[in-house]
Amino acid sequence: MSTLLEIEQLEVEFGRTAAVRGASLTVERGETHCLVGESGCGKSVTALSVMNLLARGARRRARRLAFEGLDLPGLSESGMAHLRGNAMAMIFQEPMTSLNPAYTVGSQMTEVLRRHKRASRRTALDRAADLLARVGITAPGLRLGQFPHQLSGGLRQRVMIAMALMCEPRLLIADEPTTALDVTVQAQILRLLASLQRDLGLGMLLITHDLGIVARVAHRVSVMYAGEVVESAATAELFANPRHPYTQGLLRCVPVPGRIKRDEPLGSIPGTVPRIGPGFEGCAFRERCGFGDETCHQAIPRHAAGPTHEFLCRLPA
Amino acid sequence: MSVSSVTSGPRRGWRSLSTWIGAVIVGVAAICAIFAPLLVPHDPFAQDLGKRLLVPFWMEGSDPSHVLGTDQLGRDYLSRLIYGCRISMLIGVTVSVVSGLIGITLGVLGGFLGGRVDDAVLFAITTRLSIPVVLVALAVVGLLGSSMTLLVLTLGLLLWDRFAVVARSTTMQVRNLDFVAAAWCAGCSRFRILIGEVLPNIASHLVVVATLEIALAILLEAALSFLGLGVPPPLPSWGLMIAEAKDYMFFSPWVIVIPGVALFVLVMGINLLGDGLRDLLGARSAP
Amino acid sequence: MLQFLVRRLIVAALVAATVMTLAFVLTRLSGDLAISIAGPNATQADVEAVRKVYGLDRPLLVQFFDWVGRAVTGDLGESYFFKTRVASLIAERMPITLTLGLTGLVIALAVSLPLGILAAVRENTAFDRAVQVVALLGQAMPSFWLGLLLMIILGLQLGWLPISGTGSWEHYVMPGIVLAFSAIPALTRLTRAGMIQAMGSDYIRTARAKGLSRASILLKHALRNAAIPVVAIAAVQLGFMLGGSIVIEQVFALHGVGFLAWESIAKNDFPVVQAVVLVLAVIYVVLTMLADLMNAVLDPRLRGP
Repeated sequence: MSTLLEIEQLEVEFGRTAAVRGASLTVERGETHCLVGESGCGKSVTALSVMNLLARGARRRARRLAFEGLDLPGLSESGMAHLRGNAMAMIFQEPMTSLNPAYTVGSQMTEVLRRHKRASRRTALDRAADLLARVGITAPGLRLGQFPHQLSGGLRQRVMIAMALMCEPRLLIADEPTTALDVTVQAQILRLLASLQRDLGLGMLLITHDLGIVARVAHRVSVMYAGEVVESAATAELFANPRHPYTQGLLRCVPVPGRIKRDEPLGSIPGTVPRIGPGFEGCAFRERCGFGDETCHQAIPRHAAGPTHEFLCRLPA
Repeated sequence: MSVSSVTSGPRRGWRSLSTWIGAVIVGVAAICAIFAPLLVPHDPFAQDLGKRLLVPFWMEGSDPSHVLGTDQLGRDYLSRLIYGCRISMLIGVTVSVVSGLIGITLGVLGGFLGGRVDDAVLFAITTRLSIPVVLVALAVVGLLGSSMTLLVLTLGLLLWDRFAVVARSTTMQVRNLDFVAAAWCAGCSRFRILIGEVLPNIASHLVVVATLEIALAILLEAALSFLGLGVPPPLPSWGLMIAEAKDYMFFSPWVIVIPGVALFVLVMGINLLGDGLRDLLGARSAP
Repeated sequence: MLQFLVRRLIVAALVAATVMTLAFVLTRLSGDLAISIAGPNATQADVEAVRKVYGLDRPLLVQFFDWVGRAVTGDLGESYFFKTRVASLIAERMPITLTLGLTGLVIALAVSLPLGILAAVRENTAFDRAVQVVALLGQAMPSFWLGLLLMIILGLQLGWLPISGTGSWEHYVMPGIVLAFSAIPALTRLTRAGMIQAMGSDYIRTARAKGLSRASILLKHALRNAAIPVVAIAAVQLGFMLGGSIVIEQVFALHGVGFLAWESIAKNDFPVVQAVVLVLAVIYVVLTMLADLMNAVLDPRLRGP
């Protein structure tokens, strides 16, 4: 089975706010699927929903949410805990605060292996040192004994990645792993993730707001807006042939050296992301679209623009 | 600035209920305190040795003219209880005023002026915190004799620390805010900034501290009176009533239960009111 | 780290010096000590004799520095009443007060930590509110009254525990409970707040993402961070308990340092009163330093890079 993750029509609500109103995507083994969108569009919530790490009071529903064919919502909390850190792992945006300040790097890394594989302390430490070296950290033995506050942001993120790989997961979910890092470090981390994926055959769901990252590492992309996936395609196809007005707008916003002319104004999408309450019908982008009409207030059909290219819009042109 | 915490539905309901309970308790206590002479059925000092240790109304053999019974000298318990309320409230409020004046002055000066002044204020607070309060209060009253004035002064001089701490930290927070800088730029003198900008903004936090300090002063006075070194007898402080009843407590337990419950309920009411005020005035961000 | 300790020691010494001065002033407040010592029936000659014997005829400043000089070497003077060295009197009674204080602290922690943790885990439920009510009750409870009530109920009516004296460990249970009551509200609130904050933090999300067990997340990861301020405050609370034990020792007839101070006040035994104030203040200062030290030990971030 090469489809690691299947999400079909995921919906997540917090109280009366619908954070995710219809997210569907799949992640295959060995591929990076990027989920891209602006802040507040629901991409992080989608990622957290997979492993059911949402805050208390969140309601999650999906037509299908499966990992290697296994239905996830049907699992108990302990069943889910068995998968986390083990078959599927997640890394987060803020390496500064994502590691426990009171315990050493080594202790936090080894506890995952000891928890899931009942490894001995020695075995776990050896593996941790191996992985630290693998993610490009020098003097891994020294680092294992250090505390998180003694490491820089880039180092901490590498530690997070190494920690995520301790139990050889098949799926890695990365929620904006480079956003909080310096630009130079960003590139290094991305290269690292790409090489790890190649070597380990990982499937990766990468959440980001940065189209540059998408262009660099993604095999497939899903664009999210106001809680819905509005377009998804193979990366090259999406950049060459964006069909949804939002995607088109996004791509216009990114200045490409060589293509953009002097004195040409930078693109922008007027307006702001709307807050969607319950019972909302139709296209969430209609106020900012520029192409819409009254039919955009009704349910929006999904079009296929190619074998792997889908988008949600009333306007087929 | 003061950021009021977002309390969710059921919590807010509970919070307002508890605040109301506190307000009612404090209200009743205030009425008792102010109108004591009008409310008492008997003279709280009048002894009647023929009617000693009568039981309260819920027990057999009680005397209807003494609803809560009498103490070991035949004095009406209810009357002494009401007068005791007056004493507790009086001490609580006056001590709070004295300690408030000292603590707020120190705290505001330290927080506003910073530097050496602040170091001195911090040192004073640290020193005050290391002094065993009950012991020193007992020693002062023991050495100088008990009187209301002395008691209030002593407690006032010993209980200013929380005022100082809160006044200092809130002043420091406010001092760093933009509108103070704006007033400074507009040429206001430091004194005017202090009075006009700082004080109004720290007032809500200090009101909360004041209510809690009143409760603390009442408890402390009760403890001192219990040990015989508080309010001078025959003034009916609740602590003193409990002490007097100690000898009889194994035979007539209600004699210590009644004033103790009164004390407990009053302090609880003040604390509830204080917590409620804290939410109302949005003063949750203060330490 | 070392610099920090040295600074704290200097402040501690200054505080001790200030308290020494205050304690000295305290006992000289009532005016002529010689008259109080000599008693109500003394003649003028008696009072003069007393004054000479106790060195009260020397200038105030001389008396002060004499006391200070002796106090730093451990000589806290001689008790007027017991005619023995104050230092040994205090040393004799200290174990009782310390046992009482530690018992109170242990009980307080044994109650506050679980309650605080559970209240945090069940935030905003009926249980949480119940815990907050308990904290309120503890705050409003007059300690001496609670002591008397416990005496009546547990000591007399149920006969479970002895009501006075210091014979066995059972004698410390009721007084310990009463002392604990004064510390439980603050410690419970602090534990609860700390746990709520810890549970909402990013590293707990990471711990969940690693599939760790609920117990491990709660007790190993969250509590470890939430406990840091609690431990520090616990040390300070112990200081308060030791200072406030005077009432409890009186109620339960425990002959500790508090009881000694109480007797000495009644008998105008000034050297003892002076010395006890100083000793309690020094203990408090030491405990606060200990609290800071523990903070540094428990929080790796404070140890420096």
